[in-house]
Amino acid sequence: MIQTLAFYLFAALVIASAVMVIMARNPVHSVLWLILAFFNAAGLMVLVGAEFIAALMVIVYVGAVAVLFLFVVMMLDIDFAELRAGFIKNFPLGIAIALVLLAELVLGIGAYQAGTLELGVPSGAAAPLLGDSNTASIGAILYRDYIFLFEGAGIILLVAMIGAIVLTHRKRPAGSRSQQDIGKQNRRNPNEATVMKQPQVGEGVEL
Amino acid sequence: MIGIEHYIVVSAILFVLGVLGIFLNRKNIIVILMAIELILLSVNLQLVAFSAFLGDLVGQVFAMFVLTVAAAEAAVGLAILVIYFRGRGTIAVDDVDRLKG
Repeated sequence: MIQTLAFYLFAALVIASAVMVIMARNPVHSVLWLILAFFNAAGLMVLVGAEFIAALMVIVYVGAVAVLFLFVVMMLDIDFAELRAGFIKNFPLGIAIALVLLAELVLGIGAYQAGTLELGVPSGAAAPLLGDSNTASIGAILYRDYIFLFEGAGIILLVAMIGAIVLTHRKRPAGSRSQQDIGKQNRRNPNEATVMKQPQVGEGVEL
Repeated sequence: MIGIEHYIVVSAILFVLGVLGIFLNRKNIIVILMAIELILLSVNLQLVAFSAFLGDLVGQVFAMFVLTVAAAEAAVGLAILVIYFRGRGTIAVDDVDRLKG
């Protein structure tokens, strides 16, 4: 009973916030609705016992991706009203394509449930639960069977990180104050860096 | 009783909403990127739901890889967005025509 209630709550909220993501006037609001959508999707995942992916979802999306989006939206000085100009014009086409897509999905699900196609019987080779918890089981599978894919995922992240840094890195023009000149710093000697003064009592120092 | 069908329906609706978002906000590439995240979220939800209902954990491992690629895509996409804005002063998708495509 409580599971059913929770499912409908999460499902309704995730769909409502997805609608708000694409309809909100202000992209900052879009990002905030996106965060709500991800939270509720994580809730749906917890309901079926996939708590590790749910936690990953919240950490990666809410903690990193959504903050990245917020940074970009707030950093760029963009006239969002101008970008929204074609919203009404695109509405009929967008709705039409969405309806076609939805009809296809409904058709696919309906055909699957009718069971006319000859589907393979599960071979019994499905990965079972190996550890005490969802997280332990995923860890066991990930590091035993999918270790190279896991390393590949790490390389993808590394390449993305380096790519983003290389793309956005701006080289300062030579001679600007923020440019560090190590040679110049090393060439300094005490004679030109310091001055000896012996002021009399009651007199100031003129540098 | 909540079955796999419920999850399929929610995920299908999310997917369609993501596609609709791309069409509705054709000029605003930030919202397009968010709509792509929605689509990837629906795929992840589907993978996790099937994984749970079929008792096969590989689906959840796969969802993790989808998550990784989605994060990398968002980072690189937003980096390209930032340098494009720095050079041109606009991110309207219609004006992105330097490659004459």
